[in-house]
Amino acid sequence: MFVDLLTSDFVLRALIAGFLIAVMCGVMGCFVVWRRMAYFGDSLSHSALLGIAIGLATGLSQMGGIFLICLIFSSLLLWLSHRDVLTTDSLLGILAHGALSFGMVLLSLFNIRVDLHALLFGDILMVLPQDLWLLAAGAGLVLGVLWRFWAPLILMTINDQLAKAEGVPILLMQIILLLVMTVTVALSVQVVGILLITSFLIIPAATARPFARSPEMMAAVAVVIALSAVVAGIILSLLADTPTGPTMVASLTCLFAISAIISPFLSRGR
Amino acid sequence: MSDILLSGLDITHHIHQRPILDKVSLTMSRGDFITIVGPNGAGKSTLIKVLTGLITPDQGQVMRGQGVKIGYVPQKMNSEASLPLNARRFITLNQPSLARFDEVVADNGIAPLLDKQMRHLSGGEWQRVLLARALMDEVDAIILDEPAQNLDLTGQMQFYQRLDAIHQTRGIAILMVSHDLHMVMASTKQVVCLYHHICCSGAPQAVTKDPEFEKLFGQDMAAMMAIYHHQHDAHHDHHHHHDHVCDHHTSHGEG
Repeated sequence: MFVDLLTSDFVLRALIAGFLIAVMCGVMGCFVVWRRMAYFGDSLSHSALLGIAIGLATGLSQMGGIFLICLIFSSLLLWLSHRDVLTTDSLLGILAHGALSFGMVLLSLFNIRVDLHALLFGDILMVLPQDLWLLAAGAGLVLGVLWRFWAPLILMTINDQLAKAEGVPILLMQIILLLVMTVTVALSVQVVGILLITSFLIIPAATARPFARSPEMMAAVAVVIALSAVVAGIILSLLADTPTGPTMVASLTCLFAISAIISPFLSRGR
Repeated sequence: MSDILLSGLDITHHIHQRPILDKVSLTMSRGDFITIVGPNGAGKSTLIKVLTGLITPDQGQVMRGQGVKIGYVPQKMNSEASLPLNARRFITLNQPSLARFDEVVADNGIAPLLDKQMRHLSGGEWQRVLLARALMDEVDAIILDEPAQNLDLTGQMQFYQRLDAIHQTRGIAILMVSHDLHMVMASTKQVVCLYHHICCSGAPQAVTKDPEFEKLFGQDMAAMMAIYHHQHDAHHDHHHHHDHVCDHHTSHGEG
């Protein structure tokens, strides 16, 4: 009976969606950890609620609204971070919670009924076939761009002055990274939810760190860890009848705990 | 002169409305070994950043000779612990060609470091790896910003010896900011004293006698430099027979 459930259409779709998100977030998440963009990712996903509200209020699609607002949000942030008015974390806090609140106000003003629980914690079992195509295209784009600019992005992460002196166009690389991050967050929000997306970015990468000797190895291990958590989360949530998104993140957290416990016993040189 | 590698002309720059550089002109030609000295906040790092193209100055021009390649060694940088990266990968990262890899590794004696993670390297090892990275390309010059700042005394000596060897054997021009004037007195051919503008410039022994140098660093420092220089020079001439005094053009402090 349980096997039947596992092979049913909606579970298969959930698995495929989860795999695509795991690959995308596993690789992107390494940059989030290396470049300390966790708070940025968190703020970006909070702004997605405003995007959803605007998308629904204007009759534009929900996804269109998310993309629009996330793009505006990251451009604004890039612009503001180049003029040192406030520290970045304060700026992020203001923008993120401002967007979240405006989103809620807007939803209420326009009397739009949404499944808030699904928006905050995701609903991977409700993924539609057309969502999968969009996810696949997005994951392909994110991975392709990161692969294409891998070396300059890593060099910029080590030291931006060195990269710039060696001719890496820093501003362009920053814009590229923000765009890729925007696509990742916007696509993942629907599936894993506004509150959980950052954990999908950070935890696989952080869990992979002790096992990796090179940036590529860390990205690969992060993807494997994210994939395992997706499978574990979906199966466990069906067995125990728990919400899928939080079950996946709980699985990730367990994997991280194991990694953190065994990492001191791993050999030096990592 | 066709051997000009890099020149800055009348560079003026402000940071937060404060004048940092005031009409600074500096030319680096083939065979040069220029050391920029000056008190903290004199604009040394800013000048280096302007010359390497990291900052666009408010006024003035930076010109690089056609096809001239310049390596850059930044100040000691922090290694991000979350990024796994060994020295081999760091040196070869984003390089147009790896043809010189074996030679650079051998020259800089960094073979034992290659498989070490960057975050496990000491300050001295970091600087050797950074220097090696800058040398991977067929560079005409290297620009260094206080390269030995965080090294202990032995490390500093070794680093400057290495730099001198690169200059002597490969003919690579060197431009650097350094507080360790006493260490580079024997190697450097030109000292530029910067305090927002160029106060004095010339061969090291001439500069240390310059009243402007004394004004900038105090008499004690100037006297100390003179002593250091005597010692180094006597020792140095055994190895290399060149005369620092007459081979330079841009000095106004000579006399």
